[in-house]
Amino acid sequence: MIHSILLSVLLLSGVGVLSGIILYGVAKKFQITEDPRIDDVQAILPGVNCGGCGYPGCRSFAQACVAAKDLEKLFCPVGGNACMRQVAQALGIEIIERDALIAVVRCNGSVQNRPRTNAYDGTTWCKIVHNLYTGETGCSYGCLGFGDCVKSCKFGAIKIDPVTKLPLVDEEKCVACGACVKACPRQLIELRVKGKDGHRIFVSCRNPEKGSVARKNCSAACIGCGKCFKACAFGAITMGTNLAYIDFQKCTLCQKCVAQCPTKAIHEVLHGKKI
Amino acid sequence: MEKRSKIKTFPFGGVHPPDLKHSAQRPIESLPLPTTVSIPVLQHFGAPSQPIVKVGDKVKAGQVIAQAQGFLSVNIHATISGTVTRIDEVMDVSGYKRPAITINAEGEEWVEGVDLSRALDRNIRLNREEIVKKVQQDGLVGLGGAGFPVHVKLTPVAGKQADILLINGAECEPYLTCDHRLMIEKGPEILVGVLILMKALNVAKAVIGVESNKVDAIAHLTAIARDFDGIKIVTLQTRYPQGAEKQFIEALTGRQVPVGGLPLDAKCVVQNIATAFAVYESVQKNKPLIERVVTVAGEDLKKPSNFRVRIGTSMAYLIEAAGGLPEGTGKIISGGPMMGKALNMIDIPVVKTTSGILVFGQEKSRRDPVLNCIRCARCVAHCPLGLEPYLLMNLSENERFDDAEREMAMNCCECGTCAYVCPSKRPLLDYIRLAKTFITQKRKEKAAR
Repeated sequence: MIHSILLSVLLLSGVGVLSGIILYGVAKKFQITEDPRIDDVQAILPGVNCGGCGYPGCRSFAQACVAAKDLEKLFCPVGGNACMRQVAQALGIEIIERDALIAVVRCNGSVQNRPRTNAYDGTTWCKIVHNLYTGETGCSYGCLGFGDCVKSCKFGAIKIDPVTKLPLVDEEKCVACGACVKACPRQLIELRVKGKDGHRIFVSCRNPEKGSVARKNCSAACIGCGKCFKACAFGAITMGTNLAYIDFQKCTLCQKCVAQCPTKAIHEVLHGKKI
Repeated sequence: MEKRSKIKTFPFGGVHPPDLKHSAQRPIESLPLPTTVSIPVLQHFGAPSQPIVKVGDKVKAGQVIAQAQGFLSVNIHATISGTVTRIDEVMDVSGYKRPAITINAEGEEWVEGVDLSRALDRNIRLNREEIVKKVQQDGLVGLGGAGFPVHVKLTPVAGKQADILLINGAECEPYLTCDHRLMIEKGPEILVGVLILMKALNVAKAVIGVESNKVDAIAHLTAIARDFDGIKIVTLQTRYPQGAEKQFIEALTGRQVPVGGLPLDAKCVVQNIATAFAVYESVQKNKPLIERVVTVAGEDLKKPSNFRVRIGTSMAYLIEAAGGLPEGTGKIISGGPMMGKALNMIDIPVVKTTSGILVFGQEKSRRDPVLNCIRCARCVAHCPLGLEPYLLMNLSENERFDDAEREMAMNCCECGTCAYVCPSKRPLLDYIRLAKTFITQKRKEKAAR
């Protein structure tokens, strides 16, 4: 009896020891030496895996940071400058400070400004509606209002305004990861500099049609009249195909263009304050 | 599986929606010329044509106003005589704006050489190459719906020779009757058109497939086909989508077109009935493709009709001629009810591929609420191509377009049978179309790289 117990214990221990030796040898032979700094950098990063930096997740971004010589092309929009400063410190390289960005919706075609010409009761997915036809209004460039941007946002920063039926970006929550920019089939969302105290001015229309046509479909359309272009003393406004565009790098928030705009297509975010 | 009758049809899938061909007994009516036409420069599958007229130019009906760009393109002609007033963008069926030429009508002048007499001309004077060249010059495209240029199908491909010409008179979409009426009223002309196509393709046999719900057209064509060698009329079971190219070929010949292949791979060439008539007019009467027959139908419409109209005429003009927009209209569709496109305004020009304009009341326009998929596989059983629509929709919903491509999403012919039979009213086709758009886009990007 005791003999058989002893035999099995010894046999099992022998197998265990042998396996241990093999595993040790394999682990030594195929060892992957990973830079320990990758773990350090990853610990600093927010860890939301949003993809806003252009990498599939925070780990890949950390690997890219460690491998890079400088942080010129690397930036975590979620963590912002504070986070990147820590990363730079951990890696002992220069930090390149950037302006905080925020998503802005460049369409002012609210229910009030843009009359509905037809009713759609199909699949509520902007991508599908965009493929099918122009949408519920006469403007074939404006917001469809079915909220692909809302669904794409991992931070709950966009919601559809129940009054205007347009997407509304939450200042606090938006981290400028750019997911909504990719999600919008009409390319209405742009990442712009947040501006001094969060103030910013931009042209809230993407309709390149002739002024009269655009205006017929939406009372807040940019008609490309060029009044803002003439009013701007800083050369921040460029005129494209029947559209004005305000360069956020040059804009000084002087508001001269806002007063000039005949259709109120220039949108300003001032948080109730006066500059 | 339902019991199959002995009449020919495609082997699996498909449905038989109610015929509802209200305008079947309405003769084709020619409407008075419109005061203005807007002619899009892209009405075919391929490259847009290049406008060669300027604003203010006087044009005659039948004059080339936009030149074909390359092989996969055809000429566009002025459809009325008058002055070019605008060359800009006009809303098309999708609601998006496309380049178009607008002409204001002045008198009725034709370019020289067009034979407007009604006499039947059976003597084919042109040879093979001349016919192929002529149909491109005259802007001929498939009038069934896709608008594929006719000359491309007629141009010989090395190593591939068709042995049979199939003429599509299935008209499997409910409501539409334009091809049906054409077969009854222009039978001999169509058959001469078929002879021309046979000559161009160098084939000895042609089969005209007509669905069994068009008894009068079958009897009429069979009677006159006795005088035409090599042309046979075959009755097909009434089943949607019989008129889809691949299904049509299989129904008539039993041959299958390989995945990603063309009908020529199955040694067939398919043309539409209306196209055969247009070929006759072009080759025998020297008349370019500037008009077509359009069905205007719908339950509440006062006068469901078949109109012969000039390309570029506003759809609003046609609806007006059919008794005006009825009260309580909920939806207007360009094309058939299964594959057509709902319009968001009616001031849209009729193009070469417009087969019908349907007007529905609000009751019929609503989409039913979408419920969950119950895995009944009805869509699988009815898909004429043997795809799994529920799976494709699921993949598309989760944006797994690569997987959808592997599941043969690109094979879908967008007939809409899956969405039609779904008991949960799921918008299967919408999602499959989305996947197809993404896959096409991806392939283009890949090719560009």
